Amino acid sequence: MANDKIRNFCIIAHIDHGKSTLADRILEKTETVAIRDMEDQLLDNMDIERERGITIKARAVRLKYTAKDGEDYIFNLIDTPGHVDFNYEVSRSLAACEGAILVVDASQGIEAQTLANTYLAIEHDLEVVPVVNKIDLPSADPERVCNEVENVIGIPAMDAPKISAKMGINIEEVLEKIVTDIPAPQGDPEKPLKALIFDSYYDSYKGVIIYVRVKEGRVKVGDNIRLMATGAVFNVVEAGFMDATNLVNNGSLEAGEVGYIAASIKSIGDTQVGDTVTNDECPCDEPLPGYRKVNPMVFSGIYPADGAKYGDLREALEKLQLNDASLSFEPETSIALGFGFRCGFLGLLHMEIIQERLEREYNLDLITTAPSVIYKVTLTNGEVQYIDNPTNYPDPAVIQVAEEPMVKASILAPSDYVGNIMELCQDRRGVFKDMKYLDDTRVELHYELPLNEIVYDFFDVLKSRTKGYASFDYEMMGYVPSKLVKLDILLNGDIVDALSFIIHTDKAYSRARKIAEKLKENIPRQMFEVPIQAAIGGKIIARETVKAMRKDVLAKCYGGDITRKKKLLEKQKEGKKRMRQLGTVEVPQEAFMSVLKLDS
Amino acid sequence: MSTLGIYIHVPFCGKKCAYCDFYSVNWTKSQAEEYVGAVLRNIRHYGDCGAKVDTVYFGGGTPSLLSSLQLESIMTEIGRCFSLDSDAEITLEANPCTLTVDKLKELRSAGINRLSIGVQSMIDDELKTLGRVHSAVRAEQAVTDAADAGFENISCDLMIALPDQKKESLQYSAERLTALPVQHISAYILKTESGTPFDCEEIRLRLPDEDAAAELYLEMVKLLEERGFMQYEVSNFAKRGYESRHNSRYWKCSDYLGIGPAAHSCYKGKRFAVERDVADFIASEFQNITVTDESPCGFEEFAMLRLRLKEGLRLSDVSEHRSDIEKKMPSLIKDGYAETDGERIWLTAKGFLMSNSVIEYLIF
Repeated sequence: MANDKIRNFCIIAHIDHGKSTLADRILEKTETVAIRDMEDQLLDNMDIERERGITIKARAVRLKYTAKDGEDYIFNLIDTPGHVDFNYEVSRSLAACEGAILVVDASQGIEAQTLANTYLAIEHDLEVVPVVNKIDLPSADPERVCNEVENVIGIPAMDAPKISAKMGINIEEVLEKIVTDIPAPQGDPEKPLKALIFDSYYDSYKGVIIYVRVKEGRVKVGDNIRLMATGAVFNVVEAGFMDATNLVNNGSLEAGEVGYIAASIKSIGDTQVGDTVTNDECPCDEPLPGYRKVNPMVFSGIYPADGAKYGDLREALEKLQLNDASLSFEPETSIALGFGFRCGFLGLLHMEIIQERLEREYNLDLITTAPSVIYKVTLTNGEVQYIDNPTNYPDPAVIQVAEEPMVKASILAPSDYVGNIMELCQDRRGVFKDMKYLDDTRVELHYELPLNEIVYDFFDVLKSRTKGYASFDYEMMGYVPSKLVKLDILLNGDIVDALSFIIHTDKAYSRARKIAEKLKENIPRQMFEVPIQAAIGGKIIARETVKAMRKDVLAKCYGGDITRKKKLLEKQKEGKKRMRQLGTVEVPQEAFMSVLKLDS
Repeated sequence: MSTLGIYIHVPFCGKKCAYCDFYSVNWTKSQAEEYVGAVLRNIRHYGDCGAKVDTVYFGGGTPSLLSSLQLESIMTEIGRCFSLDSDAEITLEANPCTLTVDKLKELRSAGINRLSIGVQSMIDDELKTLGRVHSAVRAEQAVTDAADAGFENISCDLMIALPDQKKESLQYSAERLTALPVQHISAYILKTESGTPFDCEEIRLRLPDEDAAAELYLEMVKLLEERGFMQYEVSNFAKRGYESRHNSRYWKCSDYLGIGPAAHSCYKGKRFAVERDVADFIASEFQNITVTDESPCGFEEFAMLRLRLKEGLRLSDVSEHRSDIEKKMPSLIKDGYAETDGERIWLTAKGFLMSNSVIEYLIF
């Protein structure tokens, strides 16, 4: 297949703007999928992806399209993750393409996420093809949206296809645009192999399957390939492409093509997204630019509610890690919660997804601790420590400087909500940078925010204060010195390690009060009074008391019928398992979870 | 010779009370007759001349609905088939309305020597809410008539934490009741049983909350003890020497044989329960039972039952667990839930109120 008949592209869209539906229509139109095999939204094949309407992992599929010029074209559609947590993966997917279809909702217009990814695409020199979707909706205003695309992004949009992916309207126009507007790939198949890894997953029969875009040279079955960042060498067992449902092993791939390689790779840790694949005997001079190792940003302790399930939790995490090299975990123990794992995530969504998959796919009942970011602490002796677990926070007396990570945040919302948004960002210690009107009714705000202020519930609160209209995106911008303190929670005078966290001094009092109140609501009255205290160092800054229970008695034991009392004893025994015994205090797992959701 | 208590469940009521979930059906003369026949058959079935019966308890239901002749025939059969102690405590539960002067005389001659009268309250409004058919005045009359008829061991039931009940109304009931010739009071905290008419929003809203109910209970313990009724169990109070010997069997893991639908037994090393079905009881040659426990009175059960008694748990009776228990005692004592003399541990009134939690804490 000549390179000039290949088109490599991805689709950029905000959640719910119709990316997956459009992808499905394209698959259908190119008859890649027989109608009987069509399942709604084929590319998003994890349950959670479908439910949340997001793509977690990138996928790629090869399609054949006969254009109006009578020629047959090969389309490689690379589906990209649509969330900020997976920004790096997005950038690698974009690097595998020559063009991007920008899908914009005809009634909602551009969102923060779309904008961020579109800028990313333009940075990668991709040809951006705007498409206005959902024109069938009564509230659709395609003209306004085209104007917005031209004004905000600065690309021509007046002749953008106006489509309804759901109803199948004008899909062919999109296909023709792909042929005419997106450039064919470049690259010399005779040069040494140079291929970009943009995704990988673990297959229990074939080992790790890596998804690649071949930039130069060719790769075929039997070749020894070297992954340049890790240095690992493997023998190629399969090389080919993906149709909508299967891997098709056609023996080789060459410059310009998108496909997969299977090489009996055991560990996904060897195949890092962004790495360059080359030929071991005849390597290229230097790897493709842009590779970096992704590091977790957000950490949280994950514990089984039932301590006996510790082994099951480990197994589940190991299985998830097979397909998700960005998930990290290390065993940790907590006095309060027993044996568990300190897990690292790319961001909040990533964390939620992992927790949800553990609970749903592995049937585990979990207790998680408050998410923490990595703090950088310079000690008085000059030593620098990175702290991802509040329990390990050093004594303030030996801290010279404490620093916290900051992000550049961009928020898009209708202008009516600017006041609410500013209030929220200010409350979260945000520093206002600038504000732009995208059109008469929509604004884009830029803030610098501490990451630890957004890891709890920022996005939820932002949504509720803007009636769901705001969209939000952020990128890391490094560390700044900050006045941080470690806040401890004490029950009956003893510190509960799982509830400690690090916080800015100014926020400590109000957070301490809220946590104490929440715990009071969620710890049932028991035999002994339970004092709840929040403390910084030795100083108590908030306190509540769970009063002792007064009445807990089965008064009657009539006619020698003690079955009810026996049942109660059994129930009490069972109930004990659901409770965490901390000294004399019994704490239900809900109490640990309640402090994660402090509405502000 | 081992001693035995016999419990006869009489499953008939003239009218079901609104809070009650014990097994009972409407009284009919013919069914009561057949029922008594079945009781006699079962007494013969279990009969054991080697067993010394020193307590008999007619519970219900409303046992006083049985005629004196019927009660007498049952007592005679027990005397024939077991070795009935001449000093046996023979209790009958009675509704005040069924206790006429004549009936009381007949009960005496049938061998009944202890009455447990379902007074519940001395305030007519409260009685009405409970669905009781008697008035406070009628209850008073029944008690004095019983004393006049020669009953020297009379127990009355009193309920606390009733809808709308206040400290003052409880005081009033307790004072009026203790002024009567009674020797024993069973005072129960009302519990809303699911499926009873009391299990409704209207009643729940009128019930005292946890703290108020706790106050009422403590107030009642104080009132009764001041008047010479000493607490000997979570819900039972008596003048010295009048503690119920039959009920004490339940707390002490002593044997008791239950006869009648829904009756429970702890007998010859097993706990068992009779089918909750009077028709089945009548139709069967011998009552149908389900064994609920093959080896009763293990440590947890033993300790749980003993700790309901004021005399408490003798630590030497649970020597294997003694050190565990002793480790937990100080915090209970410090908070006023329990007391000890080094040999025994017993709960205080405050501890009784929290007995589920306290016992759980001590034994698990």
